Amino acid sequence: MLKNITMGQYYPVDSVVHRLDPRMKLILAILFIVAVFMAHSFVGYLLLLAFLVFACKMSNVPFRLLLKGLRPLRMIIIITFLLNLFFTPGEDLLVSFWIIRIYREGFMQALFYSLRLVFLVAGTSLLTLTTSPIALSDGIETLLSPLRVIHFPAHELAMMMTIALRFIPTLLEETDKIMKAQMARGADFESGNLMVRAKAMVPLLVPLFVSAFRRAGDLAMAMESRCYHGGEGRTRLRVLKTTKNDWLALLILLLLIALIVLEGIFLKGVLF
Amino acid sequence: MSIEIRNLTHCYSEGSALRTVALDDISMTIEDGEFLGIIGHTGSGKSTLVQHLNGLLKPTSGQILVDGQDLNGEHVNRRALRQRIGLVFQYPEYQLFEETVAKDIAFGPKNQGLSKAEIDQRVRYAMDCVHLDYDKYNARSPFELSGGQMRRVAIAGVLAMKPSVLILDEPTAGLDPRGRDRILSMLEELHSRDNVTIVMVSHSMDDMARLATRLIVMAEGRILATGTPREIFVREDLMIAAGLGVPDAARLCRALREKGLDLPDNLYRPEELKEHLLRLWRAQREGGAAPC
Repeated sequence: MLKNITMGQYYPVDSVVHRLDPRMKLILAILFIVAVFMAHSFVGYLLLLAFLVFACKMSNVPFRLLLKGLRPLRMIIIITFLLNLFFTPGEDLLVSFWIIRIYREGFMQALFYSLRLVFLVAGTSLLTLTTSPIALSDGIETLLSPLRVIHFPAHELAMMMTIALRFIPTLLEETDKIMKAQMARGADFESGNLMVRAKAMVPLLVPLFVSAFRRAGDLAMAMESRCYHGGEGRTRLRVLKTTKNDWLALLILLLLIALIVLEGIFLKGVLF
Repeated sequence: MSIEIRNLTHCYSEGSALRTVALDDISMTIEDGEFLGIIGHTGSGKSTLVQHLNGLLKPTSGQILVDGQDLNGEHVNRRALRQRIGLVFQYPEYQLFEETVAKDIAFGPKNQGLSKAEIDQRVRYAMDCVHLDYDKYNARSPFELSGGQMRRVAIAGVLAMKPSVLILDEPTAGLDPRGRDRILSMLEELHSRDNVTIVMVSHSMDDMARLATRLIVMAEGRILATGTPREIFVREDLMIAAGLGVPDAARLCRALREKGLDLPDNLYRPEELKEHLLRLWRAQREGGAAPC
């Protein structure tokens, strides 16, 4: 029933990439996106691919998991490819059939645009696969904390994210349990038309909301009784530290961008 | 109605890095009319096991036969079977959802497609079983009751389907002594008066000592031992190995025997211990000779 829903795709193994500072990983992910948008040639995309394979190898995450992240987006990727293929005008006609005209430029653009999507998804998947949601929201908090000067609630936002993430598995478990309990009483969640099914959700949703509110109240009480009063003067259990590896990773990524830029300037048109 | 389990194995998150074996090759039979207690440490697989008994979980391998019919077979009406095998989950009060107690209890029978009169009669029967006064409670909201009352309403919701086998997962967890006693005496009554087969999961040895006719001790997804409470509770070393203990009465009995009192080694109920102690005391008073 609910086993297909995996929230947060964190892949819990140990690796150099897993141990990188989450702040740095967020920056790296942003830089990688920049790199993807800078690439305009086969060589550029090959460099991106090389980097991705290298990063994946270092992270001990099976490559198929990266590809799995693409599956929900396959329709978008295919549509992007087809639209660009058929509707990009150009000079070099490749195929002419009935009303369909495919130009070389169109083909290249279709290929590059869909590859760009593939790289964007795969790259950011690598971030979420190697960084636990908690570490991620810690990273976001520190990255956003300079905005506190303009009264941006960075800590509160991160705390809310952490709590929300923390409760997703709990609520899923709870849903599963209530669902089973109602099924044991003969409830049927799987058949009937839309109205019947919507009505069948009532025995699931009412207890779920009741328990969510109860949990929220309990949590607020527990936090207050431990003197939680927001981010002011609060120290952390997990202190984020940048190590040599973080700077090395940053260097590699900057190198990647530099290569792509240089390639764009000097090799453009040499190969394709 | 008998339930037979053959070589049942269940793994959570099969085929991923988080794969865990919850049940490992379990075979057992639940006989008609017995009060079976399943005991085991947290994480020993008790809850996983009982969820297989009415088809809410599917075995990774192995079979569950209900009256000789494979529960997970192709042409089995699992919904109908579920109504004959009632399952009361841990903390069942969290499944209540209706506006009134009576409506909530009627949810099960309504799903069975019974007539209005029949449903009403079932609700009265179920409330009577759990010792809740129909006239006093039927129109109350279940959310304004006490924890123990809510739990009894939830159990009534399952009983209203008149299952021939009733499975309860930790029915007394988190209740005060009075709430606990109410649930237990209610189960005792259901078993002896209405002849319902009962399977109860618990880690309270005292609850088990009071009710069970047969015990299954589980540890790490396997059956460690099975037998009558008297056979099981004698083996204190085994129970401790399973991360459990023995009932208070059995422990007291052993301590007294170590002090030299002439008691049988297999007592586990407070009443029988009391009987034996009284007998010893009387013998001492009448005979004048000390039993020690």
